[in-house]
Amino acid sequence: MSMSSVEIWTVIVGLGIGTFLIRFSFLGLVGDRPLPAWLLRVLRYTPVAVLPGLVAPLVLWPQATDGVTDPARLVAAVATVVLGVATRNTLIAIIGGALTLYAMLWLVG
Amino acid sequence: MTRSNPKSLALRGFYDGTPFVLVVVPFALLFGVVATEAGLNVAETMGMSILVIAGAAQFAALQQMVADTPLVMILITALAVNLRMAMYSASLTPWLGKAPLWKRAVAAYLMVDQSYMLGHAKFEREPDLTLSQRLSYYFGIMTLIAPVWYAASYVGALAGKAIPPEFALDFAVPITFLAMIAPMVKSLAHLAAAVTSVVLALLFAGLPYGTGLLVAAACAMAVGAGVEVAMGRRAP
Repeated sequence: MSMSSVEIWTVIVGLGIGTFLIRFSFLGLVGDRPLPAWLLRVLRYTPVAVLPGLVAPLVLWPQATDGVTDPARLVAAVATVVLGVATRNTLIAIIGGALTLYAMLWLVG
Repeated sequence: MTRSNPKSLALRGFYDGTPFVLVVVPFALLFGVVATEAGLNVAETMGMSILVIAGAAQFAALQQMVADTPLVMILITALAVNLRMAMYSASLTPWLGKAPLWKRAVAAYLMVDQSYMLGHAKFEREPDLTLSQRLSYYFGIMTLIAPVWYAASYVGALAGKAIPPEFALDFAVPITFLAMIAPMVKSLAHLAAAVTSVVLALLFAGLPYGTGLLVAAACAMAVGAGVEVAMGRRAP
């Protein structure tokens, strides 16, 4: 990472303040009033709209292989998703994905 | 329903939070390790875990810091991940909104997935609880979860230096994200949003300053909401 210490702390403090303001928004500022249905609907999809897009390029073009698609990492990613969907358990999916990655790296690499 | 004083409700919250330790510990450990590998020192890693306490957003920020994304874009993306907490804030307000301002501020700081889910479920199940009982329960949960989050981040940050590159930790973040997303996909609308996000993020990967991801996320939210409306039913 080529960020300076000042830049790193700017991210940390900015993220801290911003996250607090999101959490404080209704509880502290807006108060108890009904939210428009469309807003609730959009908010419901924020994690599932941001995180997959963030992760997709990392899976297909890993930094560790200079952006070349890597079979071991791809298979590990698929295993993680399958386990996550099947078990609905994040921890099991992480462990299964990591084991798959190591097994694949050992087999292929 | 038994009549309980605030103290016993604080204990109740503490106990109800214990199963989540199994989720929080590995996640915080991993954050500490990955943050150290990314080049953050122990103070910076702990600064983020203490000031932000939001795992997914912390990982998202880290990922973009490594990719040398501009500051503003890092903040926008990571905060977008946390926007769901506005929904938590709104739905806790009928239950905690009458508390003094400083208590509401502390409750806001401690608003994480676990305190929201447990707290909201408890308040709905037992609507006769007094305000102070509700606050005791909510703070009881976080008396356990928050210190565990800090401590495991710290252990991870110390351990991170000792882990050699053969362990392919570069892939810890993608695996963690995938493992978090997969159980979230619980309806056709969620699936449509996730697929839109992936396809557009890959398509727009060449756009400068991480703007591609923002465009993809905005479209994906709209698609999710649109599919939900079209299906004519509310997601759980």
